[in-house]
Amino acid sequence: MTSTITPDTSATVAISVEEQQFNDLIEADSRIEPRDWMPEGYRKSLVRQISQHAHSEIIGMQPESNWITRAPSLKRKAILMAKVQDEAGHGLYLYSAAQTLGATRDDMTDALIAGKARYSSIFNYPTPTWADMGSIGWLVDGAAICNQVPLCRASYGPYGRAMVRICKEESFHQRQGFEILLELMAGTEEQREMAQDSVNRWYWPALMMFGPPDDDSPNSAQSMAWKIKRHSNDDLRQRFVNMLVPQAAVLGVTLPDPDLHFNEVTQQWDLGEIDWTEFHEVLAGRGPNNAQRLQRRRDAHEEGQWVREAAAAYARKQYALTTTLEMAAS
Amino acid sequence: MTTPGDSAAEIWPLWEVFVRSNRGLSHVHVGSLHAPDETLAVRNARDLYTRRSEGVSVWVVPAAAITTSDPDAKGAFFESPAGKNYRHASYYSKSEGVKHL
Amino acid sequence: MSERINSDADSHADSHADDHGHADDHGHVDDHGHVAVDVTTLDAELIEGPSVATADVAEYALWLGDDSLILAQQLGAWISRAPELEEDVALGNVALDLIGHARSLLHYAGTASNRTEDDLAYWRTEPDFRSLHIVEQPNGDFAHTIARQFIVAHYLFELYSRLRASADATLAAIAAKAVKEVDYHRDHSTQWVLRLAHGTDESRRRMITALSDLWPYVDEVFRDNPLIDRLEGIAVRPSTLRSAFDAAIAPVLAEAELEIARGFVASGGGRTGTHSEHLAFLLAEMQVLTRAHPGASW
Repeated sequence: MTSTITPDTSATVAISVEEQQFNDLIEADSRIEPRDWMPEGYRKSLVRQISQHAHSEIIGMQPESNWITRAPSLKRKAILMAKVQDEAGHGLYLYSAAQTLGATRDDMTDALIAGKARYSSIFNYPTPTWADMGSIGWLVDGAAICNQVPLCRASYGPYGRAMVRICKEESFHQRQGFEILLELMAGTEEQREMAQDSVNRWYWPALMMFGPPDDDSPNSAQSMAWKIKRHSNDDLRQRFVNMLVPQAAVLGVTLPDPDLHFNEVTQQWDLGEIDWTEFHEVLAGRGPNNAQRLQRRRDAHEEGQWVREAAAAYARKQYALTTTLEMAAS
Repeated sequence: MTTPGDSAAEIWPLWEVFVRSNRGLSHVHVGSLHAPDETLAVRNARDLYTRRSEGVSVWVVPAAAITTSDPDAKGAFFESPAGKNYRHASYYSKSEGVKHL
Repeated sequence: MSERINSDADSHADSHADDHGHADDHGHVDDHGHVAVDVTTLDAELIEGPSVATADVAEYALWLGDDSLILAQQLGAWISRAPELEEDVALGNVALDLIGHARSLLHYAGTASNRTEDDLAYWRTEPDFRSLHIVEQPNGDFAHTIARQFIVAHYLFELYSRLRASADATLAAIAAKAVKEVDYHRDHSTQWVLRLAHGTDESRRRMITALSDLWPYVDEVFRDNPLIDRLEGIAVRPSTLRSAFDAAIAPVLAEAELEIARGFVASGGGRTGTHSEHLAFLLAEMQVLTRAHPGASW
């Protein structure tokens, strides 16, 4: 079902009617929906990005859930529980979006626990202090929101819709983290030190969440052309830093970058050199907690296997029973 | 043609969730989830999609039970109304400006 | 405030979530692509009454508050470890309900001695806790957690149903909110008892083990205490809840074809500060950070 744009087929690439329709939809800033024709590369790119994003939410529960049982007040305990619970929900929304592209949650989970799937490297860092609950909310969720708000307009409908819901729910995540740090900075000397130390540890990894520099980001250009991604990595990183500087001033914390300075010409905050060696090390599985994170996910999945099987078996039995009863009645 | 996503290979099937956000409004599709059966599906939907008072009623439907129109037949299905302008009030321009019409 | 994120599935996200700066209704321009904070009417976080609890009422509120707190603490540990993501969310909701009850009850208990909910949760030692042994039993496998939930949620439902009529207005108000929530917990645990009991051979074996491991701690739940005599009309006499509890669980156990193991009966003593061996560890973990920073605020 192909047609050529011009009669001279030797000079132009043949493009199918479906592909033309797809291109037109992208061009018109419309949305691609699950049953639409799409290039295989687009589908693969989306499955890769959405499942990575889902895995990040799921693995991302761990560094924070470490502190649920030790939260220092009942109010903080409730907030943290609600937040980590949201992350389970967000992972679930995203797995559902990927599922519309033919990837099943079971397969994606298997890939994750087999160590074959990627997730955001930031969650391979440990959370030794309570202040890390503040830094994760303020810096990690802050960076995530910068990344995610543009994704609400991603060209793939189910992804965009999942992101809308996620962004809406996440609006409290960053604030609660900021307020944890605010409380610590207004507290005792020890608490202030705890906050600053934590910001020191999370600041650079948070900046790395936007991904490698644009000239070193192999998938970015195509994702932008397909409008899965709306802004470049460096662009988003710059916006994030511009946002952080005044917030850090409110908190009274120092951002650990001696080269950070305001550039009068660009009216932006210029940042110092990012140590990408560390990023690549963690990405390559040589971060502090990679093995532990995967093991815990695998344990939860494997220990839950008998429960999932039990419920599925019960459903089959109930279905068989109802069918028998209906047949007997008719 | 069914809605995409359901796979017989999965241990728990996929369900689509519809929430009525307020009395007087329709149930609107909000997303999906996994559940072993309809009893747990509707409970999971409540736990997942109404944590922030988003709803007063929930529907769940097995994803496999939904029949969708075929996007390849989009032309035959959805382009026929084009040109039938007489179905719209704005087509009747001569009565513009006359009150209560 | 910059842009509004709308979850209406019918509308395109971009009409609501614009990552380019624009002026909102109030004319502010915000260019960082942030998410608008929805204007929501927030309900009261705690149920508070105008009255100060007497020493006896405070002690009773502590009983109930500690049960909820310890159970919430245990359930909170499931989040990120549940058998499926949907269940992470479900158990999280149960834990959040319980922590809400605990906060209201401990807040009220604290009015008698000018202590906050956190003073009570974090600065009491084990003998001053009043929790029942059943809530102190560890999470175990999913079947143990479900068995514990099944017993406790059915008890709490009967308790709060009756406590709504308490002569103490604050306790009555707390019970009126809590009863609806524990009703859902009752249903959640019932659904799982049925599925585990009639699922696979393995799940049935695990469910039977869990129920027999937890059952020794049931009697303590319904034991009376001199405090109850002094709070006639205010507190619910635990022994009077037993028949309603038995009647409520009987049909579920019958459908699940589960029998109650008639074995050990634990001597209990939680209401007078004699606890299971598990509580000390649980408190050590729960209180560790707070106690390292006396006087700090969080």
